[in-house]
Amino acid sequence: MGINLKAATFEGWRRENGRMGVRNHVIVLPVDDLSNAACEAVANNIKGAMAIPHSYGRLQFGADLDLHFRTLIGTGTNPNVAGVVVIGIEPGWTGRVVEGIAKSGKPVEGFAIEQNGDINTIASASRAAYRMVKHASRLKRTRAPLSELWVSTKCGESDTTSGLASCPTVGNAFDKLWENGNTLVFGETTELTGGEHLVAARCRTPEIRAKFMAMFDRYQRVIEAHKTNDLSESQPTKGNIEGGLTTIEEKALGNIQKIGKKCLVDGVLDKAETPTGPGLWFMDSSSAAAEMVTLCAAAGFAVHTFPTGQGNVIGNPILPVIKLTANPRTLRTMSEHIDVDVTGILQRRMNMDEAGEALLDCILRTADGELTAAELLGHREFSLTRLYESA
Amino acid sequence: MTIHFVVHDEGDSVGVVVVEGLKAGQKLTGWIMDQDRTIEFDARSDIPIGHKLAIRPIKAGDTVIKYGVDIGRAVQDIGAGEHLHVHNVKTKRW
Repeated sequence: MGINLKAATFEGWRRENGRMGVRNHVIVLPVDDLSNAACEAVANNIKGAMAIPHSYGRLQFGADLDLHFRTLIGTGTNPNVAGVVVIGIEPGWTGRVVEGIAKSGKPVEGFAIEQNGDINTIASASRAAYRMVKHASRLKRTRAPLSELWVSTKCGESDTTSGLASCPTVGNAFDKLWENGNTLVFGETTELTGGEHLVAARCRTPEIRAKFMAMFDRYQRVIEAHKTNDLSESQPTKGNIEGGLTTIEEKALGNIQKIGKKCLVDGVLDKAETPTGPGLWFMDSSSAAAEMVTLCAAAGFAVHTFPTGQGNVIGNPILPVIKLTANPRTLRTMSEHIDVDVTGILQRRMNMDEAGEALLDCILRTADGELTAAELLGHREFSLTRLYESA
Repeated sequence: MTIHFVVHDEGDSVGVVVVEGLKAGQKLTGWIMDQDRTIEFDARSDIPIGHKLAIRPIKAGDTVIKYGVDIGRAVQDIGAGEHLHVHNVKTKRW
């Protein structure tokens, strides 16, 4: 009965650094907002190349700039990416992103617009993208044990059904993947408020617990410093409240169901930081869906699980996002966004083990190449986290 | 048998409506997940899917319990079977 995880395998791409990816993207990555147009032109010229436009990358400094570079380099390094064309307004920071991605061993080439102009840059970068897509299309899938699959989680537009059923479904799958030796991550620092003691109790060592609580307390200070009310309509969101969630504590307790009943928190990560070994990692992060999923992709995760209540439609350019819901109204009105239906839990037609198995089966199918709802609908949300104002 | 609402734990003060179109006066069947047993209840408000009903009387100032944990405080008296949400319960945190 059930999937034998130790024997389970998936067919993906073994990258130069040894990591297994489940997609074979060639991306055209802007260093800054000014380079979006050139990247989009390159992706338009070369079929199979994907531009990942974003809004930032100018006049950032300090820890905020470090995070910008870490996110871009991490995105390029992600094993779902076969090759990267980087375009920036000037050669300095462009080179920094190229060098960072090159450490993974994968093909990467950089182009700067100043002293070339958009048109010449687009021509040169298109030739590079042409070579990279040709290269990527020749790469063969290889089989690997399931334990080599890195799986992230973050929920969104949660409602009470999330805490009752769809988040515990992820928790059931995470308990099994954790025992199997997979690398896993969760985050959403402020969205643990009211249940932080439960996460702290699950930290493997006192040192990990202290680091987790320091991250949690720091984020609470940000909220306290900037809030103008009790944050209702932001955390919980308007959608959360429409879905029946009343307070941040209630939302957090539902959210925490995603880490199951057994797995321990084996370590903590800064935003977009890559885990150094298997286990369950906590990443200090925003609870906004696109920001958090972007950080998971930059940390190197290959498949994402996303429970939703009211129907968040998120995707990511390089990280397949699997959505599950237990809300029958959401399934009825937004079925094209849902990959795994766990509505049966609330009518006792499906138990949590069966739901967890259904999710694990979808994770394996996605790893083998089946497209998710978000991929089919073209959702490519790429949202960079900012720590403070530009200089 | 249709489950109209679900309760995480028998010590909780609330249940979650899991069907659409629930009306005041309706006879309800609730499922308590952790103890895996059912309870019968009368709804005293129209309650949308996903929203909560009180399954015991709650006084203003009382702590509201769900998942066996504190999820906030009541700011009005709430009768058993009544709709419990942002109009009568607030966070203790922010």
